[in-house]
Amino acid sequence: MRLTCPLCGDRDRREFYYYGAEDYLHRPVEGAPLADWDNYLHLRDNPAGVVRDLWYHEAGCAQWLVVTRSTVTHEVSGVELVAERTVGRAK
Amino acid sequence: MRYSGLKVITEGLFGNKGWTPAWRDPAPKAEYDAIIIGGGGHGLATAFYLAKNHGLTNIAVLEKSHIGSGNIGRNTTIVRANYFLPGNSEFYSHSLKLWEQMESELNYNVMHSQRGLINLFHSDGQRDAFVRRGNAMINQGDDAILLDREGVREHLPYLDFEQTRFPIYGGLLHPRGGSARHDAVAWGYARGADQRGVDLIQNCEVTGIDIQGGKVVGVKTTRGAIRAKKVGIIVAGRSSQVAAMAGMRLPIESHVLQAFVTEGLKPVINHVVSFGMGHFYISQSDKGGLVFGGDLDFYASYASRGNLPMVEHVMEAGMTLMPMIGRAKVLRSWGGIMDMSPDGSPIIDKTHVDGLFIDCGWNYGGFKAVPASGWCMAHLMATGEPHEVARKLRLDRFATGHLLDEEGTGSQHNLH
Repeated sequence: MRLTCPLCGDRDRREFYYYGAEDYLHRPVEGAPLADWDNYLHLRDNPAGVVRDLWYHEAGCAQWLVVTRSTVTHEVSGVELVAERTVGRAK
Repeated sequence: MRYSGLKVITEGLFGNKGWTPAWRDPAPKAEYDAIIIGGGGHGLATAFYLAKNHGLTNIAVLEKSHIGSGNIGRNTTIVRANYFLPGNSEFYSHSLKLWEQMESELNYNVMHSQRGLINLFHSDGQRDAFVRRGNAMINQGDDAILLDREGVREHLPYLDFEQTRFPIYGGLLHPRGGSARHDAVAWGYARGADQRGVDLIQNCEVTGIDIQGGKVVGVKTTRGAIRAKKVGIIVAGRSSQVAAMAGMRLPIESHVLQAFVTEGLKPVINHVVSFGMGHFYISQSDKGGLVFGGDLDFYASYASRGNLPMVEHVMEAGMTLMPMIGRAKVLRSWGGIMDMSPDGSPIIDKTHVDGLFIDCGWNYGGFKAVPASGWCMAHLMATGEPHEVARKLRLDRFATGHLLDEEGTGSQHNLH
């Protein structure tokens, strides 16, 4: 698997650290109910199909990325910077 | 048909014409008392113990492919009870005891071999942690022996003890640990369940779970609807998809774990050896192949195949630990889909739907748990109450904070 970093270009998978589903971008606000934290930390859709998850370009530009890819074929259909993401951005 | 050594000899003398199929191939009935979704090791063991321990025999096991086609048919076959935390410790201890009686209980040779498991350590701090773990195992009633470097050398003279990065300080020997023939475990439970009247229905994929008024009433399948008041979901890596049919979102992320086997060799590795610092473990099958593996590929995947970086990592770790294996040729590799939970421990529990139960979150340790998982899931489904050794394996422990994080690595699914 290779990922095309928006800043560094096409790179080997070994340069990246995998964190998990993009649920991690939706951190509950302070004082939110415990169920929200459970949802944020533990519960996952875990689809067999297209997923959006977080990768960190550890050996490159040190940016967090949202990668859109298939968990069945490993095909990557999009990589964007968390900082500039267009989908799923907290309002 | 009862299997025995005499039976093997007589059949051998008369052309092996007397063997019969080990289980029937029934069509699904319209209704059962209980349905198990998933004909893997855990599902088959659950059906077996529902029939044997609780007298429930009007049961179907629904398998979308063939019996034992998932992780029970592709794993590294390690059996051990070396857990630390209350909740896990008594559960795996119970499981090991069931392993020790499995062959006589099933009248099936699962080739369970208690050849001893050695976990290596490489620093003073790690040694202290293993002392603590060993004491926890002994307190649980299981066995553990701390070996110093020379002690390890007596068992495993072929290791590279002086490797510069991780010199071997010693190891924790778990004499009752070992391995077994994985397929035989599935086949043995399948045959045992079938003999007690359980219908094993293959090529029957569950496509929906019927719920009325908060109670489960049956399932929809590719072979028609089947009614049942009790349904158990025991589908490992596919847990999230099946649970979603009942409106549930599980604390599970599915990851791929690779393993490898070499061509058959003469006996050379007599134990199960784990090299935690290198994420590497190895044993030798009775057929002679070296069976070894490492860590997850680390990203969520259902692809049943891994990527090259982890292949390289595992080979490098193996060569670091035991350079002698460098001449062995790898015969094949495979990737299994692991139901990773956020604390690395499993779930055997009821759900929010009355009559619907779930058994999942086995991470990459499901094989050794097969008998106890079946035993406890059967107890839960039959009585409605958790078995005493599975009391802490609750679905809601993530919400309540009662985590069982054996490795202390936090709530990230792929770190366990």
